[in-house]
Amino acid sequence: MTTDTLQELTRRPYAAGFVSAVEADTFPPGLNEDVIRALSEKKGEPPFLLEWRLKSYRHWLTLREPTWQAVTYKPIDYQAISYYSAPRFKPKKDSLDEVDPEILRTYEKLGIPLVEQQRLQNVAVDAVFDSVSVATTFKDKLAKAGVIFCSFSEAVREHPELLRKYLGSVVPHSDNFFAALNSAVFSDGSFVYIPKGVRCPMELSTYFRINAAETGQFERTLIVADEGSYVSYLEGCTAPQRDTNQLHAAVVELVALEGATIKYSTVQNWYPGDAEGKGGIYNFVTKRGIAHKRAKISWTQVETGSAITWKYPSVILKGDDSVGEFYSVALTNNLQQADTGTKMVHLGKNTRSTIVSKGISAGRGQNTYRGLVKVLKSAENARNYTQCDSLLLGDKCGAHTVPYIEVKNASAQVEHEASTSKIGEDQLFYCRQRGISQEDAVSMIVNGFCRQVFKELPMEFAVEAQKLLGVSLEGSVG
Amino acid sequence: MALLSVRNLHARVGDKDILKGIDLEVGAGEVHAIMGPNGSGKSTLASVLAGRDAYEVTKGEVLLDGKPLLELAPEARAAEGVFLAFQYPVEIPGVGNLHFLRTALNAQRRVKGLEELDAMDFLQMAKEKSKLVQLDAAFMNRSVNEGFSGGEKKRNEIFQMAVLEPRLAILDETDSGLDIDALRTVAGGVNGLRSPQRAMVVITHYQRLLDYIVPDKVHVMAGGRIIRSGGRELALELEEKGYGWLGLQDGKGAATKGGEARR
Ligand SMILES: Nc1ncnc2c1ncn2[C@@H]1O[C@H](COP(=O)(O)OP(=O)(O)OP(=O)(O)O)[C@@H](O)[C@H]1O
Ligand SMILES: [Mg+2]
Repeated sequence: MTTDTLQELTRRPYAAGFVSAVEADTFPPGLNEDVIRALSEKKGEPPFLLEWRLKSYRHWLTLREPTWQAVTYKPIDYQAISYYSAPRFKPKKDSLDEVDPEILRTYEKLGIPLVEQQRLQNVAVDAVFDSVSVATTFKDKLAKAGVIFCSFSEAVREHPELLRKYLGSVVPHSDNFFAALNSAVFSDGSFVYIPKGVRCPMELSTYFRINAAETGQFERTLIVADEGSYVSYLEGCTAPQRDTNQLHAAVVELVALEGATIKYSTVQNWYPGDAEGKGGIYNFVTKRGIAHKRAKISWTQVETGSAITWKYPSVILKGDDSVGEFYSVALTNNLQQADTGTKMVHLGKNTRSTIVSKGISAGRGQNTYRGLVKVLKSAENARNYTQCDSLLLGDKCGAHTVPYIEVKNASAQVEHEASTSKIGEDQLFYCRQRGISQEDAVSMIVNGFCRQVFKELPMEFAVEAQKLLGVSLEGSVG
Repeated sequence: MALLSVRNLHARVGDKDILKGIDLEVGAGEVHAIMGPNGSGKSTLASVLAGRDAYEVTKGEVLLDGKPLLELAPEARAAEGVFLAFQYPVEIPGVGNLHFLRTALNAQRRVKGLEELDAMDFLQMAKEKSKLVQLDAAFMNRSVNEGFSGGEKKRNEIFQMAVLEPRLAILDETDSGLDIDALRTVAGGVNGLRSPQRAMVVITHYQRLLDYIVPDKVHVMAGGRIIRSGGRELALELEEKGYGWLGLQDGKGAATKGGEARR
């Protein structure tokens, strides 16, 4: 019984799956050096950036697509993808009035009103529609604090010196297949700079939306928190429902200078494909942060979408006394596959890392945690605590845990705990006996399972994440 | 009309017949005790009444206030007022005890067309009710049953019963695993919930519990049937003479073989 009901509960249509009628300026599919030159020109980029793109592209040509991750998919034809799509009305971000109303409506439908002073009172939003950043809210208030929060393209124009200094400093252009591709063709994204000693006065948030068909989304995010500063950054993602697969290969780089804190939260709800596994986003993302002395980087992610997720937000604990955290909930349903985890690389003395990973598999979903904890010789007194829990709903899904631990310093303390459990018929019956419907019971049990992670999310996001899990699971109890 | 009428109830799991014709009538305001050796089907009866779908009812009917119960889903039965205090309460990690209970109460209230209780009103009510079983406030915000001792779990069941105010309460070995003080407390809690509108079915191995919760009737189950019914004195007689007295093979005396031992 439990399997059928679980199945029923996880079968709920994808709410963000609509397509917006926005006129777009889209490159024909295909990739070569001319496409990259055209892209760079279109964006009015300085020569150093074009050079960097070309260098990345040439390197990418020498790389093979990775095959070590526990996901399977048909080979991607990189020549069949369009590498640029922008809404036709060139957005000027000084005023929302100049943004295509259809785009504003899209974000409203998604529950992300860009019009300031609305629901998310204390969240500044940068909205990326297909490849282009269309609107950034609350710029004035942020500017008063000295905070720079703008689209990547704008940063190229306005702050080339910062960009030149930090672009590729955490994820080099040659890092991996998808990062190299992104470095060659990235179209936009967000840039954040928090000056010394400043506590960013509000949450910063970027919403990514893939709209056009046959386009890839390759955005870059770069966050630099200068000494002693603090920022909390949120990222949300959705895409229309289409029956072809779309590629999303983003790069996120975080730089936390001495004593700085960066809290990076993601609620990812890309279209996961239908129940038969048709369509959906391939989410191949490289996220990494570097923590200097006494700095702290915390990744929190709730991943419910995408046909395939391949993502390992990492922290390089370079400075002494730096801290890295990774809190993750990954849900796979139907035919979704997720291979996700983190890397914590301890270089500095007294560095600490915490990993809490919660994998939920329903339907025929496959969920793999892959984590690396690396303690180098220099990392005296390093500590890591890892906890990996898997929850299975039904008996056709799978959970896998692949921890790698490499310790080169004997003073390190590395702890690893893992558990796998099933939503028991016992638990469901207990809830139902008290009057709670099966559907609510599943969602309650799953939310309970994820509590450790949800409590790391900012309030608004925690609520959204809980709802999202509820929706993603509907129809999955059996 | 009896509050609960069970008529010729047969049930099985897979192809194993467990209940083989149960008849039971419990009136409003009454407390009935069910005793019987291990494996005789007591918990199965409780589960079937509550609607656990591992059990298939093959014959018979159950009426609650004259309305057929068996066709309802477990949550609908709960809203009709069926409450089961589990022999083995389940742990639900990460779900706060109070949050759980408020969700349950409000789900039931919605079905009845009543307004939902907000967090503040609920908290106040819950605090009041927790006194009944002397459940410490600290337990209310812990995850449901997680890390609770055996006795704490049982108290928590009665606390939930106090909050949900059922029409029919079935207590499955709520006394096993309790020390003597806890037994008194829990029994006191149960007695406090006796009311002319409510019926209770108390499953136990120990006549001792019945010193505290004095039943109107005692039934002895064996092999999936009720083989003897009587008044309070039946329990005393059983304790004195053991099940062998009733001609049962498995007559080693349930009193020495508490349900908890199976864990
Ligand atoms: N889900 C099940 N699957 C298989 N057999 C079951 C199941 N539930 C109960 N049984 C069997 O049915 C019989 C009655 O079990 P039940 O738990 O109702 O007994 P009980 O009277 O409550 O015993 P105790 O006093 O030990 O609690 C036992 O033989 C038991 O093994
Ligand atoms: Mg039993």
